Amino acid sequence: MTQSWQGWARQDGRKGVRNLVAVVYLVECARHVAEAVAAPWRDPLSGGSGDVQAMGFPGCYPSAYGHLMLERLLTHPNVGAVLLVSLGCEGFDKRRLVGAVEASGRPVEVLTIQDAGGTRAAVEAGRAYVERIRAEIDNGPRVEMTPADLIVGTICGGSDGTSGITGNPAAGRAFDRLIEAGAACIFEETGELIGCERHMAARAATPELGREVEGAVHKAARYYETLGHASFAAGNADGGLTTIEEKSMGAYAKSGRSEIVGLLKPGDIPPIGGLYLLDVVPDGEVRFGFPNINDNAEIAELIACGAHMVLFVTGRGSVVGSACAPVIKICANPETYARMADDMDIDAGRILKGEADLDQVGQEILDAIFETAAGGQTRSEALGHQEFILTYKSFEPIGPACLPTR
Amino acid sequence: MSDLNASMKDQGNGKSAMSAITDRRLILLDEVDNVMVVAATLRADEVVRIEGEDVSMHRRIGVGHKLARRSIAVGETVLKYGAPIGSMTEAAAVGAHVHVHNMKSDYIPTYTHDNQADFTGASS
Repeated sequence: MTQSWQGWARQDGRKGVRNLVAVVYLVECARHVAEAVAAPWRDPLSGGSGDVQAMGFPGCYPSAYGHLMLERLLTHPNVGAVLLVSLGCEGFDKRRLVGAVEASGRPVEVLTIQDAGGTRAAVEAGRAYVERIRAEIDNGPRVEMTPADLIVGTICGGSDGTSGITGNPAAGRAFDRLIEAGAACIFEETGELIGCERHMAARAATPELGREVEGAVHKAARYYETLGHASFAAGNADGGLTTIEEKSMGAYAKSGRSEIVGLLKPGDIPPIGGLYLLDVVPDGEVRFGFPNINDNAEIAELIACGAHMVLFVTGRGSVVGSACAPVIKICANPETYARMADDMDIDAGRILKGEADLDQVGQEILDAIFETAAGGQTRSEALGHQEFILTYKSFEPIGPACLPTR
Repeated sequence: MSDLNASMKDQGNGKSAMSAITDRRLILLDEVDNVMVVAATLRADEVVRIEGEDVSMHRRIGVGHKLARRSIAVGETVLKYGAPIGSMTEAAAVGAHVHVHNMKSDYIPTYTHDNQADFTGASS
């Protein structure tokens, strides 16, 4: 592949496909102020540029996971500058977070609502900072990027009986091509790979990694069993999926056919190109409820692993995007596409109508990835989707067998 | 796991021996499967050909749903993608809708809304 395009050069050596200002609430109590600061730029549907985005952590109790996630997201290559919005009395360790962002070479400022004089004064001060810093980072250094610089994640949401035969395997084809070109690709949701663990383990680069992969799926099965509910929504059944193992088989097709070179947990950045499984189910006893309460919780974790963008395969018709990285929407179901074409980047349901095959749609996905990387807006970006959610989770670090090639 | 692409291509081009005697709106993902996937909504009272056999649909069945490729007994494993995806709680005749009303997970029970037990995908 000879594609190349201009990305954004970061001082820490990473290369981004967007140049965003992240306005970050450090507790739910600061969310309104953060969103109001971002509002003049946030929504393309209201004439905004879309490059100033709100995200944050809602809880007031400390969370090592929440801290790591925000640290990875605010030093993500797509982020050019950061404004932290603090209420003033929350539990989040903002000094440590500022230190991490500063160390990455990005401009960062803290706006404390209680010190600024309340909501109105904080919003004014925040907008003034954003105005100034945007002008500054707009002239930031550019750098040539190639497919080997990319990290791409994939997720499926609002799945139905078409996802596993059109959109997911087509995304898998795109992954295979990207990996051949040197990119790192991440697939996930171990709770939706139940029943596929042995096949996956056989694809691992080493037997030790294979055991880790199998163990991660067993952990997910135990976790969901304890909760009494698989990663399976009523809408999946509407769309013809009957069991979690059936949904898993379809979801697994997103991974393509490449060797699995590593197992990541949220916030681990792939050290080299290749295919990675992201273990999104917490370690230890069941705490804090469902592993991922919705699709955006998983998307945020893929982005925290460095994903420049995320492929989202939907059958029922999800509309979401994400803060921090573009989301490319692949519609698996031709009837859904006919109703919701404005929200979809790729019409994979043509495969069901005999109008295209998996290789053709895989190529279209690949083209969309490169267009997006070069700055082209995805449908969810154009429609202002910047969903974001973080909850409480707890993880142990990955073991030495998880990254055998490092 | 089977090569999905090969089976999709056969279906898409109508070149496989199977598609000559099976309605093109039904997709067989793997030779060992005992269910087929609906590629375009089937109307109630429609007659659909399944491997040479004409079967009357008793209800509308939506895209992405499954039909029995042959009769499947209670307790039998349901195979799709060439892999087990659960087991039957009721017997199904050729062409019967296979879903939450007559099959179950062998891992974790599927949660559906109360009014979904007989769901046919007709709203989709």
